[in-house]
Amino acid sequence: MSELLARNADSIIWLARYMERIENLARILGVAETFARDRSGANWLPVVQINADGERFFARHRIADAQTVPHFYILDPENPTSIISSVRAARENARSLRPLISIEMWRQINRMSSWMTGLSANAVSPGNLSALCTEIKEACQLHVGITEGTFYRDQAHYFYHLGKNLERADQTTRLLDIKYHTLLPRPEDVGSPLDISHWNALLKAAAGYQASRRVLAGSITPKSVAAFLLFSDSFPRSVILCVRQMDWLLTQLRSRYNLRGGGEALELLDELRAVLSDRNIDDVINAGLHEFIDWIQKQLMLIFAELREAFCPSR
Amino acid sequence: MKQSQGSSTALGLLSQYDRGPFFCELTSPRPDGTADLAAILTRLNSLDQDSLRRRTALADKEMFDLGITFTVYSDKDAIDRILPFDVLPRVITAGEWTRLEAGIIQRVTTINLFLDDLYHDQRILADKVIPADLVLGNANYHEFMRGLKVPCGTYSHVCGIDLIRDQAGEFRVLEDNARTPSGVSYVVENRNLMLQSFPDLMDGAKVRPVDNYGLMLRQALVDIAPQGVDDPTVVLLSPGIYNSAFFEHVFLAREMGVPLVEGRDLVVENDRVYMLTTAGRAPVHCIYRRIDDAFLDPEVFRPDSMLGVPGLMGAYKKGNVAVANAPGTGVADDKAVYAYMPRMVKYYLGEEAILPNVETFICREAEALQYTMDNLDKLVVKPVGESGGYGMIIGPKATRTELDEFRAKLKADPDNYISQPMIGLSVCPTLTDGGVEPRHVDLRPFAVTGAKTAVLSGGLSRVALKKGSIVVNSSQGGGSKDTWVLE
Repeated sequence: MSELLARNADSIIWLARYMERIENLARILGVAETFARDRSGANWLPVVQINADGERFFARHRIADAQTVPHFYILDPENPTSIISSVRAARENARSLRPLISIEMWRQINRMSSWMTGLSANAVSPGNLSALCTEIKEACQLHVGITEGTFYRDQAHYFYHLGKNLERADQTTRLLDIKYHTLLPRPEDVGSPLDISHWNALLKAAAGYQASRRVLAGSITPKSVAAFLLFSDSFPRSVILCVRQMDWLLTQLRSRYNLRGGGEALELLDELRAVLSDRNIDDVINAGLHEFIDWIQKQLMLIFAELREAFCPSR
Repeated sequence: MKQSQGSSTALGLLSQYDRGPFFCELTSPRPDGTADLAAILTRLNSLDQDSLRRRTALADKEMFDLGITFTVYSDKDAIDRILPFDVLPRVITAGEWTRLEAGIIQRVTTINLFLDDLYHDQRILADKVIPADLVLGNANYHEFMRGLKVPCGTYSHVCGIDLIRDQAGEFRVLEDNARTPSGVSYVVENRNLMLQSFPDLMDGAKVRPVDNYGLMLRQALVDIAPQGVDDPTVVLLSPGIYNSAFFEHVFLAREMGVPLVEGRDLVVENDRVYMLTTAGRAPVHCIYRRIDDAFLDPEVFRPDSMLGVPGLMGAYKKGNVAVANAPGTGVADDKAVYAYMPRMVKYYLGEEAILPNVETFICREAEALQYTMDNLDKLVVKPVGESGGYGMIIGPKATRTELDEFRAKLKADPDNYISQPMIGLSVCPTLTDGGVEPRHVDLRPFAVTGAKTAVLSGGLSRVALKKGSIVVNSSQGGGSKDTWVLE
């Protein structure tokens, strides 16, 4: 069978998005102790801000601290952006895809879901949080590895990677958007140990610490970090790399499988790619980083909507 | 065989085993005298109970991880359960199987001939072999099927025949499942599990394989493809991931190598069926549906059905799409119709039924009702329309109050019931908390019919894990065993 059901294409995109989202969130929570600290001390608020969850969070909790935020984002089944909610959604999608994905992919997601469902509140206490986040992250990476090694390379595979890169680009822009503003130092703090550790935490949250050390060497500045996350040719989570991947994947899909749809999405992707290739970081910061990121996110949303309209129509 | 059993089991796994008054699928001498299970018994007897227990636990975990589960819904939760797997196999000898296979083919052939007759000439009603109102008044009889020619004359493409074995070792048909019988995935997965976790049990045993089921089913569906379609697109139509048997749907789609679709993936235009794909609409020719008749097409059956496909029956009537099992097969596996099955075999084939029924009293008949009322404490009484073991009473095990309550129900609506003597179901050695003990089993072999009928060389052996229980249904504490049909 070579056809791919429209509903399955939708599910596979979502499966990839959820798994990518879980990994990113686990990474952010794993470095949150450093990451979330602002100049006045420990503050878990930025984690809530990155996910734009302020309203829902404060409807459930009075303060954002080391108890409430990890619970809200990892174990709270009532919170649709929690890891457990994403895991369940990923499993639900994987379940509907069982005839399509490898048995090993399904088995691992199923196991991850039952493992996480069985966690107690104690698992997210300050002493256990970091280890838990590492385990969650590794479960996601196991998924990635099993997928690489077992998932048959047909249409579904391309849709999977479209979803994954879309989510990745989105996550990187969110991270940068919030942190760039909260982290912009006052003149007297520039180069201080606290300042440096903030940027390091941001890079760790984006899984870019090691790579950025090699590339940026000593010059860890707001500008160099922003440039790295947006424009690096080689960092797997940079926005431009994700967009290039999507462009390639969609082109392949259309030519290899004779899919007529997706023209509008391709045009949007080309435009986004062109802008990311042409701009340098000084242009971006002068014109406003937030505005630029906002525009990227809107483009990504449009691309997603076009993809679904073109390939995942429902009755 | 008795002697060899005596010597080989003196100290081993089966040394404490006592089958009681029942026929035992492993240790009783075969009535046909041909079988010799000594080698298998010796092997089983040499196994270490603790090791079996450990490996059973691992096998259970693996089934859970792999999602070889059925879903039980409570008010607020959906719980995935495994069908507990008992490691000790149920063995059917080559001689027994030859007869079973012939009996099943005879029965399925009769069911298809009956349905064809019922939906065309209704000779059997005119000849008064079966009361007309029993079938024509049946909720599962669909007038719209009347006069419709179905490919190969096959209505019940997948048929599960539930068999039990009485104290004399005689196989008897307990129930026919002609609509959308489930359970075949466990037949194959149990074997996979056996080969993976207990290879030492199977070592040297010449057991017929069961992993060809997907190909059998696919072939049957290709057989019934609309005329002129050379390379038909086959799909499996499922109610979706929330259906308790979803795993089986996944399994069958995978084994056949066909898309698993839901109603919302299909559209009908100009009486042709299409599925919605990333490349647009793609034609569909054969549908193995795992949705009940009532939900198939809201334009014909239940108008509130969200699971079905509007217009599907229109395309079906035009012959543009094949549907298996055909709508309206439920009239043939009704528990009241069941009672007439031996007479139907004779009527259509001129043969005696190879596999006897369990003696059945049809409570719609006055004499049978009186007998049932008088002997309620000795009989098993079942509602004709229920499945899953619900709504029945097992007289010998019921309390006085339960019997009185049931008698009132029976009196109020006798047409809804049949009664049968309580059969001492055969047992099989089963690993329990208290060691290896006898537990009652049944057998559901699967017959697949396209142009002709083939029976999978195996079957689902369900086992009532509760001591003394004869209710084998998964929803009520049943488990399953690997079923070995010997070469």
